[in-house]
Amino acid sequence: MSDTKNKTVKFKIKRQITPDSEAYWEEFEVPWKPSLNIVTLLMAQHENPTTTSGHKTTPATYDANCLEEVCGSCTMIVNGKVRQACTALVDKLEQPITIEPMRKFPVVRDLKVDRQRMFESLKWVEGWIPIDNTAPIGKGPNISPEKQEFAYNLSRCMTCGSCLESCPQWSADESFIGPQAIAQAVLFNTHPTGKAKESDRVEALINNGLNVCGNAQNCAAVCPKEVDLVAAISEANWQATKHVTKKFFGVR
Amino acid sequence: MSKTKIAIIGGGLAGLAAAMKIAEESSATKDCLVQMFSIVPVKRSHSVCAQGGINAANNTTGDSPHQHFDDTVYGGDFLANQGPIKRMCDEAPNIINLFDRMGVPFNRTNEGNIDRRRFGGTLHPRTAYAGATTGQQLLYGLDEQVRRYESQGLVEKYEGWEYLSTIFNENNQCCGIVAQNLTTMEVKAFPADAVILATGGPGAVYGRSTNSVSNNGLAVTSLYHQGAKYANGEFIQVHPTAIGGDDKLRLMSESARGEGGRVWVWGDPNKKWIDNDGNERPCGEKGKPWYFLEEKYPAYGNLVPRDIATREIFKVVYEYKLGIEGRPFVHLDVSHIAREKGIEYLDRKLKGILEIYEKFKGVDPHEVPMEIFPAVHYSMGGLWVDDNTQMTNLDGVFAAGECDYQFHGANRLGANSLLSCVYTGLMVAGPEALKYAKSRNVQAEDTPSKVLEAEVKRQQEFLDKLINMSGPENPRKLHHELGELMTANVTIVRNNEDLEKTINKIDDLKGRFWNSTIPDKGNWANQSVRYAHQLYYLFDLAEIIVQGALNRNESRGAHYKPEFPERNDEEWLKTTIASYDKSTGKPIISYEEIDKSLIPPRKRDYTKKSVVGASKN
Ligand SMILES: Cc1cc2nc3c(=O)[nH]c(=O)nc-3n(C[C@H](O)[C@H](O)[C@H](O)COP(=O)(O)OP(=O)(O)OC[C@H]3O[C@@H](n4cnc5c(N)ncnc54)[C@H](O)[C@@H]3O)c2cc1C
Ligand code: SF4
Ligand code: FES
Repeated sequence: MSDTKNKTVKFKIKRQITPDSEAYWEEFEVPWKPSLNIVTLLMAQHENPTTTSGHKTTPATYDANCLEEVCGSCTMIVNGKVRQACTALVDKLEQPITIEPMRKFPVVRDLKVDRQRMFESLKWVEGWIPIDNTAPIGKGPNISPEKQEFAYNLSRCMTCGSCLESCPQWSADESFIGPQAIAQAVLFNTHPTGKAKESDRVEALINNGLNVCGNAQNCAAVCPKEVDLVAAISEANWQATKHVTKKFFGVR
Repeated sequence: MSKTKIAIIGGGLAGLAAAMKIAEESSATKDCLVQMFSIVPVKRSHSVCAQGGINAANNTTGDSPHQHFDDTVYGGDFLANQGPIKRMCDEAPNIINLFDRMGVPFNRTNEGNIDRRRFGGTLHPRTAYAGATTGQQLLYGLDEQVRRYESQGLVEKYEGWEYLSTIFNENNQCCGIVAQNLTTMEVKAFPADAVILATGGPGAVYGRSTNSVSNNGLAVTSLYHQGAKYANGEFIQVHPTAIGGDDKLRLMSESARGEGGRVWVWGDPNKKWIDNDGNERPCGEKGKPWYFLEEKYPAYGNLVPRDIATREIFKVVYEYKLGIEGRPFVHLDVSHIAREKGIEYLDRKLKGILEIYEKFKGVDPHEVPMEIFPAVHYSMGGLWVDDNTQMTNLDGVFAAGECDYQFHGANRLGANSLLSCVYTGLMVAGPEALKYAKSRNVQAEDTPSKVLEAEVKRQQEFLDKLINMSGPENPRKLHHELGELMTANVTIVRNNEDLEKTINKIDDLKGRFWNSTIPDKGNWANQSVRYAHQLYYLFDLAEIIVQGALNRNESRGAHYKPEFPERNDEEWLKTTIASYDKSTGKPIISYEEIDKSLIPPRKRDYTKKSVVGASKN
């Protein structure tokens, strides 16, 4: 146990002070403790913002809230892989650990990026159940346990953006809406009440590049919540085919 | 006439529910605009952490809203006005139905109805749930409906803005708020005809807790500085089952026990405990698991209320010294469920939390019993609000959700918080704030700009003062000290001598605070100045909690003083109220009578089945 006393963790943070300034790297070293994760390293950096070479710098700005991988805030790139900082355990990572902001979203400062576009795309697909009102008119439709499991899987999406980051087709300024919003459209299209808006949602997906998806399946591989994006995208494509066919024959 | 404006601070369950209701009520006339302010994008609010479920009586299991009401009042050790609790429990089934219609994927029975599980402090399966991420699913349901209104122009979101204070006109009526953009650091006034604070719990006072980072207590304490009353601060819930961590204590939900999880340590017959009849009994058998909650509380077993489970675990570890391998942990075991009913069954019910355990501990709880210990979790206390309207004592400022004090008395029952958050936002604070906003004589838009600007200036000057502090102290280290102090002295067991010392030490920390340096002087996404700003308020919030605890010489619910081990209704069945004394910077404590007109107080005893108290209604 004697060697754990002087054990340290070495890590590098990619810094960028404003959205249009140059990025640069800074290196840090902090004492090792059991069960550290990337957020605890960043907290330590805030407590003592001094680089390995003794230079006083500023605390690196970052987003984090729940600290248990359910809010999606702390997505960043750790040792080259997109993931949540709060569940990235230091002892499982090779050092020096590199910590960078997501690459596909505009950097606000340091590790904080702007993912507003993900919430906007939920508006494009009318990502809600169109209930009449909140009056006490009784319960909703019965749902079988199988349907519930399907919906629950899609509904665990925490808008973290890992899938978009890893998708070869998606970028913040192109028109492809990306796997996250596609999956949410499917979620609402398969609900008995949500179905009423199916054709609007499918139309929105088609207009926002549904067919651009090249089926690389990177998204499903990186999704921390195991959202079944492959099944969702194939369901969306099927809904689109039905929709186009109906439109062709003038069925409404 | 210009549009009515309502500012909602916070987009957790309470804030979103209020926004949805107000937008709905004004969707025909389009004469009211909701402006929502939140530190984090609302979809990332702390409510997503809630795991186990939400309570509503389900008549098919012999349960009833009255039973729910009684369990809640009894579980809270009678320290809450009964009228609001009764109304909440009566509305609960409607709330579940609404979420059901909104598409929340609750777990289902074979027939396709909403499934229920049992939670602490009741004998009825009353808790609706969506896997073990119920809060996330409920929040998403509300977030979606609010997004719908946002796309119709009825709601505007200010995400990444922090509320700093409320603006009052010369009649002391609220006329707006001041908030700061956390990227540009701009401080700005927003006129508002009514304000709803829905900013959640104060976990940060304890440094580490089960709360999210944004539960920093700033909004509520700032309002307290402006004259708001804070009630029952000393009632802090310590949850029995969590796992440790340097950044956060991660909860293993009560639903684990609701699904049959058992709490145990290895037995040791040489150690003794005394039962209710005064008999000495052995702490289990050598070499066998001792299921101490089941043995001590045969009626409720592992599902006794949290204050009781927490104290028992504390005793097992520190009094009987039976913690796992001498460490301060006990087992929470669900592995037998995986063996008996299969891994898939267990995952359908609890995957969300088992995943957390495995990710952070590197051990698979399907196979190996978990190791857990109590953690600071929830505040029963909060802003004092009116029984009927959820308005604070400040004219035009309402509170809803965990930041109010109304529903949980001295101890909250599991799965009742999501309910009180939604109930207060949707059915009380939301509609009442709208009513208030529409009926006022002077519209907030007509507030002279100098009134608005004066408050902006006051806040800006304060921020400048913080940024210009200089000295050897480090705000992060001061926060650790505060957290450790509070955790050691103001949680499970409280002693007057320690509480007095704690107050002195907090005073000392407050002084040292002004001797610290902020490591970032910039004005772009500066998180260091924010951190210091929040810490500044935490000291006063801590003092409210400690002073309330020091005064209250009895034991009730989560507040346990060995010097005064019994509940004392004669002297202490009353609400603690703290008001800020501007001249000393200290809380002035007073008390208020409690409405106990529906269920007469009776002694809590969870070794036996609780018999519903006589209702005078
Ligand atoms: C791990 C965990 C599990 C839980 N499980 C359950 C459960 O199963 N059942 C149950 O009933 N309860 C549970 N609870 C309790 C419950 O989750 C909370 O009490 C509830 O979610 C609080 O909701 P809220 O709407 O009051 O506030 P929160 O969800 O905490 O939201 C607060 C909002 O306020 C914003 N905010 C805060 N300060 C400011 C400011 N100054 N300016 C602007 N915005 C601000 C935040 O950004 C956020 O949007 C659990 C709690 C925890 C910690
Ligand atoms: S689908 Fe998965 S990866 Fe994509 S945003 Fe949602 S949770 Fe993240
Ligand atoms: S902080 Fe919420 S996902 Fe990491």
